[in-house]
Amino acid sequence: MRTMVPAFILAWVLVLAPTARATEIQSVRSPGGITAWLVQESSIPLLSFSFSFTGGAVLDEPSRKGTGNMVSGLLDEGAGPHDSLAFQTRLEELAVRMSFSANRDSFSGSMRTLTANRDAAFELLRLALNEPHFEREAVERIRRQIITGLIEDREDPGAIAGRLWFKTAFPDHPYGPSSKGNIESVKAITADDLRAFLAKALARDRLTIGVVGDISEAELGPLLDKTFGALPASTAFAPVAEVELKGAGVLKVVEKAIPQSRVIFGGPGLKRDDPDWYAAYVLNYVLGGGGFSSRLYAEVREKRGLAYSVYSYLYPLDHAAIYMGGVGTKNQSVVEVLEVIKELIARTREHGLTVAELANAKTYLNGSFPLRLTSSGRIARLLRVIQQENLGIDYLDRRAGLINAVTLADTARVAKRLLQPEKLLIVVVGKPADLVSSE
Amino acid sequence: MISRISSFAIFLTAAALFGPAANAALFHPITHTLANGMQVVVIEDHRAPVVAHMVWYKVGAADEPPGKSGIAHFLEHLLFKGTPKVPSGEFSKIVARNGGRDNAFTSYDYTGYYQNVAKDKLDLVMGLEADRMTNLVLTEQDVVTERAVILEERRSRTDNNPSAQLREAMYAAQYLAHPYGIPVIGWKHEMEKLSLADALAFYRRYYAPNNAILVVAGDVEAAAVIAMAKKHFGVLARADTPPRRRAQEPPQLAERRVIFRDGRVSQADWRRSYLAPTRSSGESRHAIPLSMFADLLGGGTTSTLYRSMVVADKLAANAGAYYRATSLDPNRFVLYATPSPGVSLETLEGAMDKAIAEALKNGFTAKALERTRTGLLAASVYARDNLFTSPRIFGDALTSGLTVEQVESWPDQVRAVTMEQVMAAGRAVLVRRRSVTGLLLPAKGLAK
Repeated sequence: MRTMVPAFILAWVLVLAPTARATEIQSVRSPGGITAWLVQESSIPLLSFSFSFTGGAVLDEPSRKGTGNMVSGLLDEGAGPHDSLAFQTRLEELAVRMSFSANRDSFSGSMRTLTANRDAAFELLRLALNEPHFEREAVERIRRQIITGLIEDREDPGAIAGRLWFKTAFPDHPYGPSSKGNIESVKAITADDLRAFLAKALARDRLTIGVVGDISEAELGPLLDKTFGALPASTAFAPVAEVELKGAGVLKVVEKAIPQSRVIFGGPGLKRDDPDWYAAYVLNYVLGGGGFSSRLYAEVREKRGLAYSVYSYLYPLDHAAIYMGGVGTKNQSVVEVLEVIKELIARTREHGLTVAELANAKTYLNGSFPLRLTSSGRIARLLRVIQQENLGIDYLDRRAGLINAVTLADTARVAKRLLQPEKLLIVVVGKPADLVSSE
Repeated sequence: MISRISSFAIFLTAAALFGPAANAALFHPITHTLANGMQVVVIEDHRAPVVAHMVWYKVGAADEPPGKSGIAHFLEHLLFKGTPKVPSGEFSKIVARNGGRDNAFTSYDYTGYYQNVAKDKLDLVMGLEADRMTNLVLTEQDVVTERAVILEERRSRTDNNPSAQLREAMYAAQYLAHPYGIPVIGWKHEMEKLSLADALAFYRRYYAPNNAILVVAGDVEAAAVIAMAKKHFGVLARADTPPRRRAQEPPQLAERRVIFRDGRVSQADWRRSYLAPTRSSGESRHAIPLSMFADLLGGGTTSTLYRSMVVADKLAANAGAYYRATSLDPNRFVLYATPSPGVSLETLEGAMDKAIAEALKNGFTAKALERTRTGLLAASVYARDNLFTSPRIFGDALTSGLTVEQVESWPDQVRAVTMEQVMAAGRAVLVRRRSVTGLLLPAKGLAK
């Protein structure tokens, strides 16, 4: 398995590689004017529901970083007539799975229910979003859980590397600190902060919804109104600034007594709406996104045995764009691995892709498309993300054409833009031999 | 992808997602056995024009010769090298060039390989998989390079991570005689010495159609899959595969304690494991009731341990229990707790002991049992939603001594479990002197 790819890119991965399944997507507009995209699938008696509000951890007050994340842990801990235990008991009785999360750019949720329990499930979701208690016991309990996780992260090589990388790349921007916050900020969050976040984050004009399952358009509309209808039409908050990455060419070493160094490297990437997005997507597949077929895999792992995991990926945010990669290698090999990777990036920048690599990338990216969408939950999430990224309801029909249209000239052009080995911001956590921070 | 994993993968995808031991029936598989002994299981699912193709070998880390730990997993990596027909390193590239995704995994009881492809590529990948079942060609260079890779894998998974190191030590303490005490990935000093000859010997001994199971799920017709299997796998010769006889555990008479204090630990942690029967080993009648006991005791936020340790006493930030009912030999029933800031492991353990004793004495409410049952039965519906879940469940079960019928009848078995059986299972297994307790602690003088 491709380990070590952090969870926060999952949603994005689905946008890029997913389905070519000949599914019919309906745009459903509820009587109250709420839009959702629906794929009807009646062969299994269940329903998967995915929704998201643009504006996530970026809405946290700077001194209260982690508020959105904490909210995401508390919505199902007591709401409406149910206290925490009653709410959790109800979820179990109905076999409903509900979860929420706060990423940098969005506050999202998902729910899965058996068709038979659909109305009761949506009622619980309505309560969670509209009438959460933030009762003291639950707030303190979830705070304890978050803080013990943050204490654990202090010694986790991947977490240390990720935090330092983002802090260095975005020193004066909400993207800098982790969405989970830090121990001090999480300690400072009050129930009022949680309520204020929720009041700001949930607004119907920033809502996107994907639904897959055993439900008709006529049945879905009223459920949408009931669940989301009472939320404000829109809310005001300070716009988030567009930001360029800092730290070009910087190398930071965090000394830690572990046998294998954890390395993260990255630089400016492309936004999802960039005209060269598909060229970059193809280019990255060949360089480091393609698992067993990538150049990084071949050079670092297959030929030299220097790593178990080595990868790169495009990470487009709403207000910045990043191109990232990572590798884990024994301390004695860090210098060699960095040389190999930089040399490979430079060579790819200089000479681009081969005709065969381009053709193989297209075959894979189009052929593997349906393979990631083999559950209703994954498809629901894709429907939601296609809307968030404004890709259009015909995106699934157009996607193969967009990839097939990429030429060698396109990948060569985007390679010059994207691949700048000397400008990488690199963080190493471990005891790398013969390597020290650049400043 | 990057491979080629150890035990956790399957556990996380199938078992943890769908509840402990959630096998979820209602897959309605069609089965067939080829003349050479290879078992074929087909699950038709026509929702999308794709197919999951898997070959599971009934050999895993617990079948390794003494001193050769890690060889099953190492060989799994090496299967991606070449054959006379497929040049070294090309296997995955061919699959990718055909729009497919592939990988493999190794656990104690099995080694599995899969390709997920568009349905018209099934014949191609089946041909590739059959080819490498008997025609593997390895060079000294392949072995030297890939051995470096598995050592990096061990560093990533275990040596870099004190929590994983404690886990490894607890397994070793739980199993004095049985090979589940040896890590799937291998002990480092033994991995460093694994050779070309070791890999080939293991390959020739265990890789044969009579020791393998083909599982295909997706938009296929079973009869066509069986015909295809005859063409590709049916022509391969049986091998004289040895029976799976592992050294069994002696009765555990004294409780064991493993303490790992390390400068890289910032958050303390407490765990305890008990040797437990499974659906195919030991007192197997306890297995399904024990899954329900685990769920009631520590499966979620309404469980006994969470309510007492986390909500009421606030001594733990998290606490729970899990158990896996599917493995060839007795497995572990595990309790865990993370102390709240400022709480010592001593205090935490005392409270856990008390909570467990009370649960064993007082039991659970009938309502709670019904909730657990509801959750497990719903999981059997949810499991049908993901095309890649059912082949994993069958592969896992059939390499662990279970039959297709046992997988299919799982919901009925869950329906039939009584409270008496749940409590009998819990009381039979949670016996302190048959336990291993593990403590993860920061180095002295560091953060509490």
